[in-house]
Amino acid sequence: MYENLETASESIGLQRLAIEPVSRVEGHGKVTLLLDAERRVRQARLHVVEFRGFEKFIQGRPYWEVPTLVQRLCGICPVSHLLAASKATDFFVAGNVPISPTATKLRRLLHFGQVLQSHALHFFHLASPDLLFGYDDPVAHRNVVGVLQDHPEIGLIGVKLRKYGQEVIRVLTGKRVHGTGSVPGGFNKPLSAEERDYLKQDMLTVLGWASHGLSIAKQLYVADEAANQGFAAARSNFLSLVAPDGGMELYHGGIRVKDANGGIVLDHFDYRGYNAILHEEVKSWSYMKFPFLTALGKEQGWYRVGPLARVNNCDHIPTPRAEAARADFMAHGGGNPVQATLAYHWARMIELLHCAEAIAELLDDPAITGTDLSRSGTPLREGVGVIEAPRGTLFHHYRIDSNDLITMANLIVSTTSNNTAMNESVRAVAAECFDGREITEGLLNRIEVAIRAYDPCLSCATHAVGKMPLSIEAVAPDGELISRLVKSGDGSFSREAAA
Amino acid sequence: MSAAPVLVLAFGNPGRGDDALGPMLADRLEDWLAAQGRDDVEVIVDFQLNIEHALDLADRQRVLFVDARASGESGARLDAVSARADASYSTHAVSPQGLLAVHEQVIGETPPQAELLSLRGHSFELGDPLTAAARQALEAGWNGLLGWLDVATCRLNVVHL
Repeated sequence: MYENLETASESIGLQRLAIEPVSRVEGHGKVTLLLDAERRVRQARLHVVEFRGFEKFIQGRPYWEVPTLVQRLCGICPVSHLLAASKATDFFVAGNVPISPTATKLRRLLHFGQVLQSHALHFFHLASPDLLFGYDDPVAHRNVVGVLQDHPEIGLIGVKLRKYGQEVIRVLTGKRVHGTGSVPGGFNKPLSAEERDYLKQDMLTVLGWASHGLSIAKQLYVADEAANQGFAAARSNFLSLVAPDGGMELYHGGIRVKDANGGIVLDHFDYRGYNAILHEEVKSWSYMKFPFLTALGKEQGWYRVGPLARVNNCDHIPTPRAEAARADFMAHGGGNPVQATLAYHWARMIELLHCAEAIAELLDDPAITGTDLSRSGTPLREGVGVIEAPRGTLFHHYRIDSNDLITMANLIVSTTSNNTAMNESVRAVAAECFDGREITEGLLNRIEVAIRAYDPCLSCATHAVGKMPLSIEAVAPDGELISRLVKSGDGSFSREAAA
Repeated sequence: MSAAPVLVLAFGNPGRGDDALGPMLADRLEDWLAAQGRDDVEVIVDFQLNIEHALDLADRQRVLFVDARASGESGARLDAVSARADASYSTHAVSPQGLLAVHEQVIGETPPQAELLSLRGHSFELGDPLTAAARQALEAGWNGLLGWLDVATCRLNVVHL
């Protein structure tokens, strides 16, 4: 643990290194390192830009617009926001009446498609270049095109899994940008038999790709397990939803928290009371808050969410191949939760296989083409919706007035939950890799490898041509610019020495 | 069903101010194509480009990427795009040239001739409306898009003869 590196005791006279923005993660993040004259790390921080405009954006809007509007928060996980918002706004239509079984199945199918495509993108496109080629591989080669050139079968699986997941989403919601499907109270479009058969036709192939991807992720982890266990270490509690029987549950369940030794801290907790168990600490140097479990306090109560948390927390996975993979994975924890940050990738691919299996089961379920899609009941004025998004537990909480307009919106996104853990991982890498050494692109990349393991969605995407990808400055203790490292739009690096 | 020979692939977030330029131009084009009864042009809209879009490029003869642009001159500009194995590192998204390179690797064929129509945007904050300058860029882009379509589909007709 390197909590002492969160804030330097004396920052005057230290060199400052900034990695901005962090690459191959979503949105804008920045890492700053303060180094002393001997290049020892004295402070390391990950700074994140948060959704500061969201409440303003959503306030005063009718609730039925919310599931569509929140998709615009993020170009990477619009379906996650759609489903969390739908679950929250169900209360405004149906009160405490559950939505119909077919609508639930369609939402689950949509969610599994979303998680599958997101995990495929993350592992094959963003993480595999580091894992296959090494952290010091030339940056011009360490990317998805390099993977396609050197390991075409692996690169191709990534592209095709992404495509399949996107097809599930497209079939269920219509267009990718303005799609709906899930609405308050249920689902607005049945799945036709033709659409079901279209999605089923590739199912066996998809299952094969998912199994192969999982075997690659495991091989890459166990090939250097000792090093991978120690890299970017962040020994933590874990938080996730679980099913009533303790099984993995990505769409709906109760909150389970395990401590670092695997002891149950909280189980089957109704997520509508999340405010009673979570507190968010504000730190002056980051827009993003630092949530912790109130009962454990801010020093001991921080936790991790996402694939590693979900696989560690559940008692079983309700699909056979993924369950076998979970048992194999957990054996590497020696009876305790697996804590290795790089094990996120392995856990992510176990979940991808689970999603493929779950999609196959749902497409074989006759109820999936049912037409009973909506429910109504005595409306409530407050709703909380929680799902397990690809990156972790996602909370949406709204209140409406008597005119059905939104008066309050609160979101806790998974990346916020992982904020303390990501900072801990950055500090660990900085302390163990940087101390006293010449700063190179490969060393800087180790910081990014640590952050990318969490697959953070640092803010919602604004994509536009001409964004400056990266600039790193080394400044001497007297403030003089020593050198500037620039990562250009094509990913190449150049170093500029000061005049 | 075979793919339309011409693809317009627009991307951007309609909830992020001028980032909506790509989807807005695509919406207008879809309405126009429907009114014209044209089926030789397909329009795809997404939040951002990603690796699976490489498969959308298969069997196309001409492709136009449409995106908002955060810097440079006002209005719209059209640039040729060729495959380049860049890292496209800045976000989860890939660049048009990176996508063409991925297509080349995945499909094993030379990618289609492609251009990028970029429209200058100025404000990209969540919930922002389109700026006045972006509206002008949208009009300039529409004229540029119609001109590009004339050339692209005319060339296809010659090829088919």
